[in-house]
Amino acid sequence: MASEHGGNTLDPIHQFEIQNIYPMEIFGIDASFTNSALYMVLTLILSAGFLIFSMRGRALVPGRLQSVAELVYEFIANMVRQILGSEGMKFFPFVFTLFIFVLFANTLGLFPLPMVFTVTSALIVTFALAMLVMVVVVGYGLYKHGLGFFKLFLPDVPVILLPILVPIEIISFLSRPISLSLRLFANMLAGHVALKVFAGFIISLGSLGTLGILATVMPFAIGVALTALEFLVAFLQAFVFATLTCIYLRDAMHPSH
Amino acid sequence: MAEQQTELHKELDHSIEVPAAEKKVFPPFDQTTFESQLVWLALTFVLLYVVLSRMALPRIGEVLEERQDRIQRDMDEANRLREETDKAIATYEEALATARKKANEIAEETRADLKAEIAKEQQVVEDKIAAKTSQAEASITAAKEAAFSEVGKIAQATTSTIVEKLLGTSVSEDEINKALN
Repeated sequence: MASEHGGNTLDPIHQFEIQNIYPMEIFGIDASFTNSALYMVLTLILSAGFLIFSMRGRALVPGRLQSVAELVYEFIANMVRQILGSEGMKFFPFVFTLFIFVLFANTLGLFPLPMVFTVTSALIVTFALAMLVMVVVVGYGLYKHGLGFFKLFLPDVPVILLPILVPIEIISFLSRPISLSLRLFANMLAGHVALKVFAGFIISLGSLGTLGILATVMPFAIGVALTALEFLVAFLQAFVFATLTCIYLRDAMHPSH
Repeated sequence: MAEQQTELHKELDHSIEVPAAEKKVFPPFDQTTFESQLVWLALTFVLLYVVLSRMALPRIGEVLEERQDRIQRDMDEANRLREETDKAIATYEEALATARKKANEIAEETRADLKAEIAKEQQVVEDKIAAKTSQAEASITAAKEAAFSEVGKIAQATTSTIVEKLLGTSVSEDEINKALN
């Protein structure tokens, strides 16, 4: 029993397990409140709370928090404007929501909080977000250009090459949600597994006596460095997700390359 | 050898079989949790989108726009003031140039006036000096002439006195004059 418990805490996969907090069912759909749901709600509350709380002063000369909120806003706004042009600013709230949701979900998972769970380390979540992007892209493309949207699969090349290139374009388009979701999922998963493995080394070495305790310095140092790296990755993956969303949306706005 | 291999296979099968029986699927691929995750993801994401697009983002955008407007206004004002300053400087420089020119003109004029006056005064003085000189020269000439005529008389008198003293007799004036001249 004791060893099983110890195995659980050292198991690097244990942290990805969904734990039921409050089982629920709405219209026959499983809507149980789990640790994943808890951290989704926390992501929502903290990100929206931060963006609203930091701007409460509406100061002409911003303070620290307001500066951060404005910086994030300008960062995403500039990105959307650069990739989609000023007419693409109608997608700004969507891209911003994606960015801030992924950023907060990624980052929250790095803190030693109770029942901590990284929302974006679940494949279904990243895949759902990627599919949402694809639905918006295809939906807007069809709404704006009708069947002209399918020019996206017709690259501007000699007709002879089309039989080869059109399938390639279609496959590359269809693989977008997969690469978009797997990239984020795999980065989060791998980072957390690595962190857990090195943290586990500290515990295993620490139980080996004085020499072992002295040796824990090494996995500890690596753990510190990895944590810093994971914060960078958390931000970077949110940024990559938002940037790719913009690039895919550009295809919906201007399908004919 | 073959026996050993089957043994190994058995062992491998065993090692694979045991965790598969005890452990659940890899959690991220556990389909039983998908439904609740999707429900809560949809709920939180839509709520976040609504809150951000309706409240948070317009507010930040407003503040940023307000600041941009304020900066633009201040810049415009600064530009206007600078233009005004430039204009003032130009006006000042123009006035300065005019004043300098005028001052030069006045100085030139004054100098010419003074020169003329000095020349006039000089002329007057020179005329006066010339008059006095000629007057003096005339009086000197008169005095000289007077003196010369006196000299003749004195010489005559002296000569007659000396001749009288030497000869003891008076000589006629004509004779003395004849001797002297």
